Amino acid sequence: MNRRETLKSLFLAPLAGTVIASSGCGTIASNNASRITWARLPTEYSYGRTDVEKLTDQRLFAETYFREHELVTIAVLCDIILPNNHPNGGALDAGLPDFVEFMVKDREQYKLPVRGGIAWLDSYSIEKFGPDFINISEAQRLSICNEIAYPDNQAPKLQAGISFFSLMRNLTLTGYYTTELGFRDLDYMGNTPNVWDGVPEAVLRRHGKYYDEDWLSKCIDQSTRDIVAEWDDDMNLVT
Amino acid sequence: MAEQIYDAIIVGSGAGGGMATHQLANAGLKVALIEAGDFYDPADEEQRTQLRYPWESPRRGASTRLRPFGDYNSCIGGWELDGEPYTQKDDTEFMWWRGRMLGGRTNHWGRISLRFGPLDFKRKDIDGLGDNWPIGYEDISPYYDKVDKLIGIFGSNEGLYNDPDGYFLPAPKPRLHELYYIDGARKSNVPVIPARKSILTKRINNDRGICFYCGQCSRACGIHADFSSSTVLIYPSLNGGQVDLLTNSMVREVITDEEGMATGVRYVNKRNQREYELKGRTVILAASACSTARILLNSKSGQHESGLGNNSDNVGRYLHDSTGASRAAFLPDLMDRDIYNEDGVGGMHVYSPWWLEGANLDFTRGYHLEIGGGMGMPSYGFGFAVNQYNQYLGDRVGGYGNQLRDDIRKFYGARLSIACRGESIPQYTNRCELDPTVVDEWGIPVLRFDYKWTQHEINQARHMQDTMEELLEASGGIVLGNKPGADQNYGLTQPGEIIHEVGTTRMGTDPSTSVTNEFGQLHDVKNVFVADAGTFVSQADKNPTWTILALAWRTSDYIIDQMKQRNL
Ligand SMILES: Cc1cc2nc3c(=O)[nH]c(=O)nc-3n(C[C@H](O)[C@H](O)[C@H](O)COP(=O)(O)OP(=O)(O)OC[C@H]3O[C@@H](n4cnc5c(N)ncnc54)[C@H](O)[C@@H]3O)c2cc1C
Ligand code: SF4
Repeated sequence: MNRRETLKSLFLAPLAGTVIASSGCGTIASNNASRITWARLPTEYSYGRTDVEKLTDQRLFAETYFREHELVTIAVLCDIILPNNHPNGGALDAGLPDFVEFMVKDREQYKLPVRGGIAWLDSYSIEKFGPDFINISEAQRLSICNEIAYPDNQAPKLQAGISFFSLMRNLTLTGYYTTELGFRDLDYMGNTPNVWDGVPEAVLRRHGKYYDEDWLSKCIDQSTRDIVAEWDDDMNLVT
Repeated sequence: MAEQIYDAIIVGSGAGGGMATHQLANAGLKVALIEAGDFYDPADEEQRTQLRYPWESPRRGASTRLRPFGDYNSCIGGWELDGEPYTQKDDTEFMWWRGRMLGGRTNHWGRISLRFGPLDFKRKDIDGLGDNWPIGYEDISPYYDKVDKLIGIFGSNEGLYNDPDGYFLPAPKPRLHELYYIDGARKSNVPVIPARKSILTKRINNDRGICFYCGQCSRACGIHADFSSSTVLIYPSLNGGQVDLLTNSMVREVITDEEGMATGVRYVNKRNQREYELKGRTVILAASACSTARILLNSKSGQHESGLGNNSDNVGRYLHDSTGASRAAFLPDLMDRDIYNEDGVGGMHVYSPWWLEGANLDFTRGYHLEIGGGMGMPSYGFGFAVNQYNQYLGDRVGGYGNQLRDDIRKFYGARLSIACRGESIPQYTNRCELDPTVVDEWGIPVLRFDYKWTQHEINQARHMQDTMEELLEASGGIVLGNKPGADQNYGLTQPGEIIHEVGTTRMGTDPSTSVTNEFGQLHDVKNVFVADAGTFVSQADKNPTWTILALAWRTSDYIIDQMKQRNL
């Protein structure tokens, strides 16, 4: 796959509020603009849907909810929460802005908290530094994040920001760890046919656990799994 | 098809309908199986959700209104069905889960397959509450034996009187969190034994595959290694030419002749919205306990003014569900654990049956414990509240950046949970009835629920909470969340929420207090039978489905026998 086709870029203007999308066209309205770029997620899926579900998903994909400015802010936040500077990639490599956009459209209860949260963030940023969140310096952005990233911060004024940040952290981590990058990061080993034969010996030792003989006698000897079961009349398996 | 008169019309293709179809077709009867949902096969690539990765779904497996148990769950249906409402009387909050698909709810059920024990059929003798069944364990145990062998179930023979032994396949070994639970339960003197589930850990025939341990039975198994009514009972029956399957066909009522005997059913073809009739010598209702009651109540005629089989006004009454409560704990010993594939079979490998029979408690019926935890596949919701357990370690909660990756790793799989499932006491006043004014999209009157828990269930839930706390702590866990108190009924689930609703057409010897005889045959109309959990007199501290299957087999034998004797 051509990586270019799978990336989305939005411009992050250094000053003032205007943010211009590049989405394919090359016009740049602002000098000095820096880009924020992320991997695109597919908009077509096939995984055992009913007709009604197919229609629902098509409708969701066709819907636009976020303004460009909001999408850029989401991208910037996701990137702070799980940066790309890691061998297993980060939020933007995992297409987080697209994922957040879809989930927010899918779950009505997210719409207002995310829109309102972004507005709160901009307002706080303007009050503190002048420009809105995406147009302040990176150091300034992090200083705001340091205030709202920890729920133990009791400052009444920050509570709305704190719950918004928690929501964004939830969505970012869930969005990342449900991609191939996240699976690699976690070393997830499942979702594949196998023959479960108990906890590995070394792990048992490490945890001071063992299988006692009585229990083991009730468990499948995996070398017999393919032999057709037969019982005697007293409920004893004889094969 | 117009002139065809079937030997048996079976309504609903879930556990009961599947078993009746299998047995009656095998006996050479000409059967029509009529199902409101669509054809469904988990092996069909168009319908498969098994072994899909989370990124194959745009919402990463999150639940939707259309898939309340997650985007990959194999239920077409759920708590709400478009165009098919149900209503509540007063402040009732009954939850009704309906599957609309071939195989019904056996496509996505938990496969926990427990025989009822001898005491479970005679509870009134023990505590004076509710009623005894007209049958005892000795009547049903030969059928449990046959169900075990035909369908396949793993478990272990423990010699427990009220949790009877069976023809089991060997169990899968416990996972690590289950070993922690085993130690905790033993410390607390609570018995713990291998789970009993209708999953093939070993070959039983050459038609079905053997479990390959993906842990995804709730998505339905493409190699048919777990029990679904469709894959195990119905598909094989379709080959013999004895069964006509009608899908997308919603039965409105049973039709009767002047003598009041059933002559068939009237149904709506959902594809064209038109009504048709099907003729049969017998009608077997297995649409699930509440839907069967609804069909009977809607089958009004001159002879049956209050609905079919309802001379006693018992149809819809004694509706009862299992009780439930659950709790979870953080297991610090499992922090930073080694990562390997422990998907295992879908759901638990170990459980605790009821252990306080006869103890002096402020409630009289028991419950069992279902165990959860482990390194499941990440899907939507994974990573939420990523490092909340830091609060127990004196570390800061929250933050951002690559450190979150370490937190994810640290807490992955460090969890143990318990869900209790208990027996409630059936009540005459707890019921579903026809809503006098509301109809579904085909104009069929819908059900209205009227249901309240009694103090027995509430006291039982309080006991569940104490048990769960004790066991989670004994297993090395730090119990999460607050213990629900009296103001929350001790965390007792809503009626219906455990999806073990039974009792709406209960069996008995007295036609004035029961709807069917011990074979599920309506007292009032001898060629109409019920083959779902409607006939249960009481729902034990077990899950219902193995008993539905055994009773449906017993009913089928009776029908075959009665036909031979020309009584039907
Ligand atoms: C998530 C989940 C987990 C569960 N776990 C367990 C478990 O571990 N162990 C256990 O024992 N039980 C469990 N159960 C319960 C179990 O699924 C049910 O007890 C069982 O499926 C009931 O079988 P049934 O034949 O009565 O009806 P169902 O399986 O509900 O099937 C009824 C069928 O009838 C059809 N139907 C309804 N009305 C009409 C009509 N008017 N005309 C035509 N067709 C109609 C429906 O579409 C449906 O296909 C679980 C249920 C759920 C949902
Ligand atoms: S756990 Fe086993 S039986 Fe269940 S779906 Fe996976 S392979 Fe099939």
